[in-house]
Amino acid sequence: MTAVHLGMPAFPASPAFPAFPDAAREAVRDDVLRANLRHATHTIRDKRARAVGELADWDRLRAAGKAVKDHTLAHLDRYLLMLEASVTAAGGTVHWAADADEANRIVTDLVLATGEREVVKVKSMATQEIGLNEALEAAGIAAYETDLAELIVQLGHDRPSHILVPAIHRNRAEIREIFTREMGSWGRPAPADLDDSPAALAEAARLHLREKFLRAKVAVSGANFMVAETGTMVVLESEGNGRMCLTLPETLISVVGIEKVVPTFRDLEVFLQTLPRSSTAERMNPYTTMWTGPGPSKGADGDGPSAFHLVLLDNGRTDTLADATGRQALRCIRCSACLNVCPVYERAGGHAYGSVYPGPIGAILSPQLRGTGSPIDATLPYASTLCGACYEVCPVAIDIPEVLLHLRERVAQGGPVTRRGIRVRLRPAHGHTAERAAMRAARRLLDHPGALRAGERLLARARRLAPRGLPGPGRAWTDTRALPAIPAESFRDWWARERGSTRERGTSPRGRGTPR
Amino acid sequence: MRVALFVTCVNDALYPATGVAVVRLLERLGVEVDFPAAQSCCGQPQYNTGYRRESEPLLLRTADAFAGYDHVVTPSGSCAAMIREHYPRIGRKAAEEGRGTLWEERARELVPRVYELTEFLVDVLGVTDVGAYFPHAVTYHPSCHGLRALGLGERPRRLLAAVRGLELIELPGAEECCGFGGTFALKNPDVSTAMGTDKLRNALGTGARFLCGADNSCLTHLDGLLRRAGTPLRTLHLAEILASTEEEPAR
Repeated sequence: MTAVHLGMPAFPASPAFPAFPDAAREAVRDDVLRANLRHATHTIRDKRARAVGELADWDRLRAAGKAVKDHTLAHLDRYLLMLEASVTAAGGTVHWAADADEANRIVTDLVLATGEREVVKVKSMATQEIGLNEALEAAGIAAYETDLAELIVQLGHDRPSHILVPAIHRNRAEIREIFTREMGSWGRPAPADLDDSPAALAEAARLHLREKFLRAKVAVSGANFMVAETGTMVVLESEGNGRMCLTLPETLISVVGIEKVVPTFRDLEVFLQTLPRSSTAERMNPYTTMWTGPGPSKGADGDGPSAFHLVLLDNGRTDTLADATGRQALRCIRCSACLNVCPVYERAGGHAYGSVYPGPIGAILSPQLRGTGSPIDATLPYASTLCGACYEVCPVAIDIPEVLLHLRERVAQGGPVTRRGIRVRLRPAHGHTAERAAMRAARRLLDHPGALRAGERLLARARRLAPRGLPGPGRAWTDTRALPAIPAESFRDWWARERGSTRERGTSPRGRGTPR
Repeated sequence: MRVALFVTCVNDALYPATGVAVVRLLERLGVEVDFPAAQSCCGQPQYNTGYRRESEPLLLRTADAFAGYDHVVTPSGSCAAMIREHYPRIGRKAAEEGRGTLWEERARELVPRVYELTEFLVDVLGVTDVGAYFPHAVTYHPSCHGLRALGLGERPRRLLAAVRGLELIELPGAEECCGFGGTFALKNPDVSTAMGTDKLRNALGTGARFLCGADNSCLTHLDGLLRRAGTPLRTLHLAEILASTEEEPAR
């Protein structure tokens, strides 16, 4: 049996994981990766725009989604208790996990108690966030990913690089190679004559996975939504593999972030429209599976699991909730629209973000869930040009640029945060001393226009001596870009000379010594 | 109509021609232009890098410099967006931190009077044909802050389309960021360069002679890449094209 190596960073991010600019450098130079990402993100972003454009009330749906989420987050304690009561009444068991370790321990114990040593999984970001597969493996339990893209990632001993399409960085030729090489050591091997057509690759995966579905007695899932009033769990997917996991095994364990709760069944109406259109550009996703407890049959006729466990995961979420600006990140419904429009994600690739949550949402979610202590988490808030494309497409109107700025301040200046429910004051992150000094010096200069003017004149006088390349941090500019030419005269001086105190209002002295 | 020009620190120090062009253009349209010398930087570099408190004195300076003017016009979508979108936030945060309402009040006085150049021309002066002449093929890159934060929409392209002799060629992928992003260009040089290079590939593909924008900071980045690559394409601020006439051509 080959081990499962998803290689997700432990929680918090491993200090060994490189800072974003360093991780991105490798991706930018990988031409195949950039071509794969460019093709995939541009295709899906154009389709999304069309699917969203079909709805006349998109803006109102977006506002409604935001309002439902904000209301739920404001009363999260109440709705979670309501959910616990509903799930329990339906015959399920609710477990509360404060962090990754606790969640992993709960799931591991539940699986061991069944006597099984294999589980099938329907794509769940929460379990990747906590490194569940590794924890299960350490306890001698093999976890099989059954989402096609997750399967590709798992077989390739790789890490997911996209929320919705975790293997977006792979092309068909690479997938064929992975299937041919790896499938045999996990179960049913790929056909000897496998080609790289989508149909052939999907059929190979289907045959490989079917064997797992029919054998597995335990399944682990996530959920897109949890309904407080009814205790209903909701999973949206495209392949039907998820439904296999949710219905065939005897025991179903769902690990879900606490922010996924919505108050009522009716609230789903908004999200079942906005999520598919934002993520896969479909009017409705092909499979929507809902279940409430183990089901009325309780497995007596073999229909559906006979035991259902819900593990409610905090893992930094209530700390995030305590932050008035940052908490909007918890509205995220994991549609990945922000990734598909992000020009930085397109070039840097998903792995550079050092988390199961890449792209713009990852850049604001990870440093809040994990803190800003590691090199990757301290650089994620800067992994954006603040172009605003992510905010424009977000179906729950998360102002990602606003949160990025908020987190930049936390990294550069320190500030109050909540860690494990306790209010603490963070010191500025390492390596910002020189930057802070430069910002202060610049502010002092800019706040004194007389000094600014003198500086500009000095620069103009020395313009012939201007170097082609800059030392220190400026090298990052001049390595690839020429510096602008320094003009002979600043605008300020031109104005004083041309229109200064003697200037007659309303006349326009033309063509005299305009600087170039 | 008395209008204050907010020339921005980048234009002042590195691109005075843009400021001169705005003055020429507005005066040609009968607007009385003033340049309050007490103005400086809007504080965007500090604020966007995480130094909010360092931007507060610059908020006050900017608000004071432009007190008493009906309209404040700036040839930078990014600096206009800093004032309109972020000054109120800076004020609110200071108040939340119990440091008083000074910044909030100053922001409230200033914000409604600030216009990006193309907004001022189209919305306040009500003109799209500014009487310019520029007989060249031009492609236009809408900067992100103008496009999304200010919602300039078609204003810049309508102004360009009305310039005599100008052939406006659509830029593929126009709404994608050029990769400048202030200190992003220094902190993430590889991604920034990759984004700028893709933008320029699209611009070169149009066959235009000029790549026009309404933010000199984005153009600094793109121009720097162009000159390293040694291509014939040139960058030019929109104001310089609009100021250009047969008697006084831009270049």
